[in-house]
Amino acid sequence: MMRVFRSALRALAAGALVALISTAPALAQDDTPPLPNESWSFSGLLGGLDLAAAQRGFWVYYNVCSNCHSMHQLHYRDLAGIGMTPAEIKKIAASVQVPVGLNDQGQPIEGPGTPASQFRSPFPNDTAARAALNGALPPDLSLIVNARDGGADYVYGILTGFVKPPAGFNVPAGKYYNAYFPGHLIAMPPPLQDGAVTYADGTKATVPQMAHDVVTFLYWTANPEAVQREQMGVRVVLFLLLMTGLTYGVKRKLWSHLH
Amino acid sequence: MAGLHKSEFKNPLINWIDTRLPIPSLLQKEYAAFPTPRNFNYFWNFGALAMVALVIMIATGILLAMNYQPNTALAFGSVQHIMRDVNYGWLIRYIHQNGASMFFIVTFVHILRGMYYGSYKAPRELLWMLGVVILLIMMATAFMGYVLPWGQMSYWGATVITNLFSAFPYVGHAIVTWLWGGFSVSNPTLNRFFALHYLLPFVLIAVVFMHVWALHVTGSNNPLGIDPKGPQDTVPFHPYYTMKDSVGICAFLAVWAFLVFFLPNLLGDPNNFIKANPLQTPADIVPEWYFLPFYAMLRSVPNKLGGVCIMFGSILVLFFLPWLDTCKVRSARFRPVFRKLIWVWLAATVALGMVGAHKPLGFWVPLGRICTIYYFFHFLVLLPLLGAIEKTLPLPESISQAVLGRGAGPLPNAATAAPMEKA
Ligand code: HEC
Ligand code: HEM
Repeated sequence: MMRVFRSALRALAAGALVALISTAPALAQDDTPPLPNESWSFSGLLGGLDLAAAQRGFWVYYNVCSNCHSMHQLHYRDLAGIGMTPAEIKKIAASVQVPVGLNDQGQPIEGPGTPASQFRSPFPNDTAARAALNGALPPDLSLIVNARDGGADYVYGILTGFVKPPAGFNVPAGKYYNAYFPGHLIAMPPPLQDGAVTYADGTKATVPQMAHDVVTFLYWTANPEAVQREQMGVRVVLFLLLMTGLTYGVKRKLWSHLH
Repeated sequence: MAGLHKSEFKNPLINWIDTRLPIPSLLQKEYAAFPTPRNFNYFWNFGALAMVALVIMIATGILLAMNYQPNTALAFGSVQHIMRDVNYGWLIRYIHQNGASMFFIVTFVHILRGMYYGSYKAPRELLWMLGVVILLIMMATAFMGYVLPWGQMSYWGATVITNLFSAFPYVGHAIVTWLWGGFSVSNPTLNRFFALHYLLPFVLIAVVFMHVWALHVTGSNNPLGIDPKGPQDTVPFHPYYTMKDSVGICAFLAVWAFLVFFLPNLLGDPNNFIKANPLQTPADIVPEWYFLPFYAMLRSVPNKLGGVCIMFGSILVLFFLPWLDTCKVRSARFRPVFRKLIWVWLAATVALGMVGAHKPLGFWVPLGRICTIYYFFHFLVLLPLLGAIEKTLPLPESISQAVLGRGAGPLPNAATAAPMEKA
């Protein structure tokens, strides 16, 4: 048995060596700075969720991002998941106009939303979005944190990465320089400016603060089950480890008279 | 009356059933008393683990299917509906999604176990070949399952893989159109993939049944690779191996649960969180990790048809393994050269997996080619040659002699009497 393991280790070592050789050139040729390393309430195996930050993040989405980005997977009722009360949810839903069916002439009409409404989309379809935004399409944000390598840190990087282009870098009209966007030319104008929103809890709305809050919110929209999942996980995994130990003990006892 | 089974069960109800339909007797014979070599190590758990994985995949799959919509306009949203609105839908889906990886991990270890201990050699050739059939059906199932959530990788993976068939001369394009049910991967494709993804696991059950049947005819191999010579070399399957398998199953479920609850998207691709878009090709189309070595071989051949043949050949060659390996000694323990070479082969296969995960540029191209050649060189040249030239070590006289102390004569009575009485 020892032999098997020693050889397995050797094979692993060979594999690791190959992996090392492969990453070296990849690092050398990249001009994107390393992703910001924010500290998130939800990171780590047992992350929670900073509900106050998530609620402020919703406020940023509601006032800024929702002018361009849809969030098809979310309903207003879901906001209970970041600790909003039914009254608050009703009020928020009623503040937007959403399609509510047809009038007597058969024409589609809009009306105030209810908690059961989907988040209002800024454009009726992708073509309308492109027409309004110089041909660029803002992606749906429901799952954006899971849909990008780098996750929350990457989205935070995009929101805070609108820096001066290096000398000689040509930025065409309708494009903006972003340190973290692949190729650096993004069609989204810098969405956040200091004081762009006013927080009800008195938190100062700086760009890094708003970016942190909205990314916390976006992490939740992509992984609404995360907190419940991790809490359940602790119990399930501990139970299974205990069972492994117990069955191992019984097995040892059962086999002991065979040796 | 002719044909009635003589049941030995005391319980009158079981006896009544057993007399008419002797399933209880069958289970007693095949799963309780079944004489099993006494010297298994924990690598012999992995077949049972694969069976547990199959059952869990089918159970979670049926629950998913109750809420899934096999329609290109609805599929992506219906999976999100499962994740967000269905009670514990996220749990069911993450078990199923990570289950595919767990299933392949245990199956790969199970296959490697067979290769290391020579379990494919006579008389277990057919048992081995049924195993390769299982691997092929698993791959088809997983490939079609990955298309169902209709993300970017689902769509583009399906496009790349189905397009491979266009490499066949004359009929290639007709085959691809036929597979798609149209002129691109589209709604008919998704529909039939769902139908087949639902069907194939049940075909898998039938093949697994034959695999186990064949196993119970030949009996199990063991780490020494020698046949049991009598009752002192075996123990009844129950309770000895039911108990040992239980240890493995608990540990296996713990690892699976850890992935599901703490790192559910570790093995997934961020691109699959984006709805399929036929107009936008992702920067990098990468298959799931368990296909990477085969994908690497496909790309290592400069010619498309050649690549397809090499890729399918890499699995087909396993069918012939029982005859390519000409050495009569089964276990690598007694084959000093083979014991080293099998790890070289594994290293080449793992390296191919890494090649498959990278763009075919620079250093990855020659590495992929060398490893592809070595993969086949191992099976087609090294194994047949080794049988002729390798000096194998002397085999122990019997299993019990090897596990119960050197040079021991007949067994101490107490050691075997107890289990035999229970049997
Ligand atoms: C004026 C419209 C507009 C507003 C307001 C806006 N965005 Fe965007 N956003 C865009 C467009 C257009 C793109 C597509 C950019 C591209 O593909 O070049 C985009 C892209 C993105 C991306 C994807 C980047 C990538 O990797 O592809 C993220 C993340 C994002 N926006 C987040 C936000 C957040 C968070 C807010 C609110 C704070 C916001 N946006 C506000 C227009 C907008
Ligand atoms: C051999 C066993 C099976 C394997 C290896 C397998 C594999 C997979 C894979 C890899 C996926 C994609 C996971 C994802 O990204 O979401 C998937 C999805 C799915 N599978 Fe299976 N599966 C198996 C059995 C079944 C069975 C028996 C059923 C139904 C009876 C089923 C129903 C589904 C459904 C509805 C989906 C789409 C929902 C989703 O994406 O999660 N599967 N399967």
